[in-house]
Amino acid sequence: MKVFLLYKNRNFNLQVKLPLNEKDLIQDLGLNALFDAMAMGDEFLFEVAKKIVLTSENDLDTILYRQDILRDCLKNPGLIRDIYTLASEAIEKEKKAHFGFFSKYPSSILYNSIEALEVFLAMLKKLRMLIAEHETKFQSEGFVALFTMLKKELSDEYLAVIQTHLNELKIRDGLLISAKLGKGNKGTNYTLRKQEYRKQSWIQRIFEKKVPVYVYRIPDRDENGLRALSELRDRGINTVANALAQSVDHIRNFFITLLTELAFYIGCLNLYEQLTEIGEHISFPLPFVSSERRHSFKGLYDVCLALNIKQKIIDNDLNADHKNLFIITGANQGGKSTFLRSIGLAQLMMQCGMFVPAQMFSSNICEGIYTVYKREEDITMRSGKLDEELSRMNSIVDNITSNSLLLFNEPFTATNEREGSEIARQIISALYEKRIKVFVVTHLYSFAHNMYEGKMDNAVFLRAERRADGERTFKLREGEPLQTSFGEDLYNRIFVDT
Amino acid sequence: MIFQSILFEKPEDFLDKGILEAPDFFVDLNLDQIVDTIIAGREEYNLKPFFYSPLPTIEAIKYRQEVMHELEENKILFESIKSFTEKMHTMREHLARADKLRNKYQKERWFLDAVEIYCDAVNSIVADLDLTDLRSCGLLRLREYMKNYAQSTTFTMLLAETKKLQTDLSTIEYSLMIKNNTVEVRHYASEADYSAIIEDIFAKFKQDAVKDYKVKFYDQIEMNNVEENILNLVAQLYPDIFLNLDNYYSKNGTYADQTIMTFSREIQFYIAYLEYIEIFKQAGLPFCYPEIGQDKNIYDYEGFDLALAYKVIDKNGSIVCNDFYLKAPERIIVVSGPNQGGKTTFARMFGQLHYLASLGCPIPGREAKLFLFDRLFTHFEREETIQNISGKLEDDLIRIYNILNQATTNSIIIMNEIFASTTLQDALFLSKKIMEKISQMDLVCVWVTFLVELASFNNKTVSMVAETAPENPTRRTFKIIKKNADGLSYAISIAQKYRLTYDHLIKRIRS
Repeated sequence: MKVFLLYKNRNFNLQVKLPLNEKDLIQDLGLNALFDAMAMGDEFLFEVAKKIVLTSENDLDTILYRQDILRDCLKNPGLIRDIYTLASEAIEKEKKAHFGFFSKYPSSILYNSIEALEVFLAMLKKLRMLIAEHETKFQSEGFVALFTMLKKELSDEYLAVIQTHLNELKIRDGLLISAKLGKGNKGTNYTLRKQEYRKQSWIQRIFEKKVPVYVYRIPDRDENGLRALSELRDRGINTVANALAQSVDHIRNFFITLLTELAFYIGCLNLYEQLTEIGEHISFPLPFVSSERRHSFKGLYDVCLALNIKQKIIDNDLNADHKNLFIITGANQGGKSTFLRSIGLAQLMMQCGMFVPAQMFSSNICEGIYTVYKREEDITMRSGKLDEELSRMNSIVDNITSNSLLLFNEPFTATNEREGSEIARQIISALYEKRIKVFVVTHLYSFAHNMYEGKMDNAVFLRAERRADGERTFKLREGEPLQTSFGEDLYNRIFVDT
Repeated sequence: MIFQSILFEKPEDFLDKGILEAPDFFVDLNLDQIVDTIIAGREEYNLKPFFYSPLPTIEAIKYRQEVMHELEENKILFESIKSFTEKMHTMREHLARADKLRNKYQKERWFLDAVEIYCDAVNSIVADLDLTDLRSCGLLRLREYMKNYAQSTTFTMLLAETKKLQTDLSTIEYSLMIKNNTVEVRHYASEADYSAIIEDIFAKFKQDAVKDYKVKFYDQIEMNNVEENILNLVAQLYPDIFLNLDNYYSKNGTYADQTIMTFSREIQFYIAYLEYIEIFKQAGLPFCYPEIGQDKNIYDYEGFDLALAYKVIDKNGSIVCNDFYLKAPERIIVVSGPNQGGKTTFARMFGQLHYLASLGCPIPGREAKLFLFDRLFTHFEREETIQNISGKLEDDLIRIYNILNQATTNSIIIMNEIFASTTLQDALFLSKKIMEKISQMDLVCVWVTFLVELASFNNKTVSMVAETAPENPTRRTFKIIKKNADGLSYAISIAQKYRLTYDHLIKRIRS
């Protein structure tokens, strides 16, 4: 029984390895604000959100598959939360049902397993009833397949057969165990056998072929003998106890998988509800395959900033299909970093199958999403800092493919502008030629100017907008890099105005 | 000639049967460490006597060298012989176990297994040897012997009977019906495996692998009372098979062939030694089969001290190899040079090489020719605390006197820093006296000393010096090279390093 709510043909593995630059992504894009909004204080939801968001999907169909499921969720939030609660309850109840599962006696493993299975049996029945009532409200391939499967696999007959076996294994008037002669003629391969209860008349019994039976009876007071006999019994039921205990694990794993995969959608529901509350819009993005170069959007905003300040914020538009280099210059505090973050966030959200914070968003899938941000700490150790930055860059280059996205925020500033520009020019030109999609926020004027003069077909130059009066709009417009970054304005605002 | 022993060409070559004492020089030469390492884990074979008994003749040495060489070069042969000895070991374990067991049927089954292993070992080695192109006299004789044995009626009947009984016992399958405290024993009637039924029912939930909940039972070899009683009832279910087992056991008590048993012990000498030197070969160190004779023009190129190398390899260090050669009239190697420079190691190496060669073993070195000595003597400075110096000097002299008394012209003497604790004058005087005696007897000798005067004593002495690195005289290279002993260059180069030479001091000291 497969859940398959995240992939069409496999379960999500919560132990999945996150990308090597996991920490950089979280820090640079401010992802914890997103995870917090999805989790709403629940640790498990947080972990699932984090894992799934960071495990970017490169497969277009998987992204669309999840989008459909998420649409169903947005339409039926109540029922989705009910199923989630039921799965969670099943896991909790079973946990309480058996302490001491890890016994060294097969007999108690057997007993505990039977009890746990009875708990699960009840929950499976409940799950099937819940689905039966509401299944018509779901259209997505994922939910339709899941509900159909549950209905088919958890029939009344099947559940009844399980119950019969559990009863038979509970108390019995005798164990039938087969064995062979092992090393030194010691009994081995003890195997519990199912006894055939044939109804025979007394006449049949009399005429049945006599088989030799030899009986050994352990004296009542022979404690060692009784202990040995009970060990023999344990050896006999060992494999059955194991099979039952493993079945408990399998069913528990089914509930855990259901819980885990739903947790992602619960997180999406939570996020959706919070964004709706502050009046922000969302839409389902249009992904393209990774070999394409697409990047167009309308009304894209930084979802984390919106969640932090809990109000509608400035958004941006861009129409830049077939481009792969974006150089962003302009005023300090002009929204450049926010813009850069919104690019990365929307890309990640799209690639995990979520909606995006935009009225319209389309982009090609990126096989890797990387950030190279200026690190604020240790600013005094200048040479060491450039070294550290280039070493990070080095490890990115070790892993990057041409269908990747690279976000630079003020790179190579740990040296003077000329050297920084030269490093930047050499690195960025190479990335450009390799068709890697690159967004660079930079103050390195010689670099930006130099690139602009290069008149590259697939490069776009964006500038943080500033009105003539010095007022910032936080909107980015296409434009040639300018020599100053309006730091003077900033200086004035902080030192003069206040 | 019929095969008797893989170690000794003639029975009389084994000089001291049952020697348990190591020769006197074992500790001085660290041969005790070497032998302990070689035989570690093979105590059951009692190999020490073989390592304590040098071979008396060149022929005896060659017999062993041939076998060793063949086993060293033919890996397949080596492995099949090794697997033979492993099987014999398992067989002995089974017999020992059978001896200890109390239940009749259990004892008999262990015995049956032992015989089965024995038969298998014999058959395998016969088949393997048959496919091998052999050259050494020892292994050719062995093959002949084994082949005849394997075809004998005694062996073929034993084999047939063993197989039949094993097959019969392995087909037995029975059922136990356990109710309260009774057990019913009966034939198994193909009832279904309950765990398969359970797995089948829950198969639809199966996803990834889960934990194994099977409880691991402590499997004692002995049976408890219940198991024994059940086995006795199983024997009643299958009376014919168990009757055959009884008869088999009482009939076959002395099934093992004595010559084969001896072989399985003696071959361990080769296996142990070859596995030991494999460690060094892996590290790129050379081994060779020395030419052994009465000629005192001897040499070894790229030799090393095995005991030291074993420790160094363990710590991933590098091993320094050394050469030596004596060309008539040279007889006495006088080794001098800085402390910790490898002098003692060189002396030990010299002794180890000769001793191991006399056992018929391959020795460290690329190419070697060594002397077949009648006795080997060592005199190393001892650590024991004798209170006064005169007592120690006296003790030294007594020891040397005894050595020279026992030595013949075919003996080898290795001396390490004797007279170190007396005055230079005394030491020189005594050393020269002893040097004269050694020269007169025409002994082959290695003498480690700080007395550089001995290095040029007469035309029989050869000077060898522990070398230091030219660029850094405090760094030892552990190379012992043929060189005149001046006792000076070393001190001068250290002075240069610390800029304490005349020229340096003139410039450094300001007026």
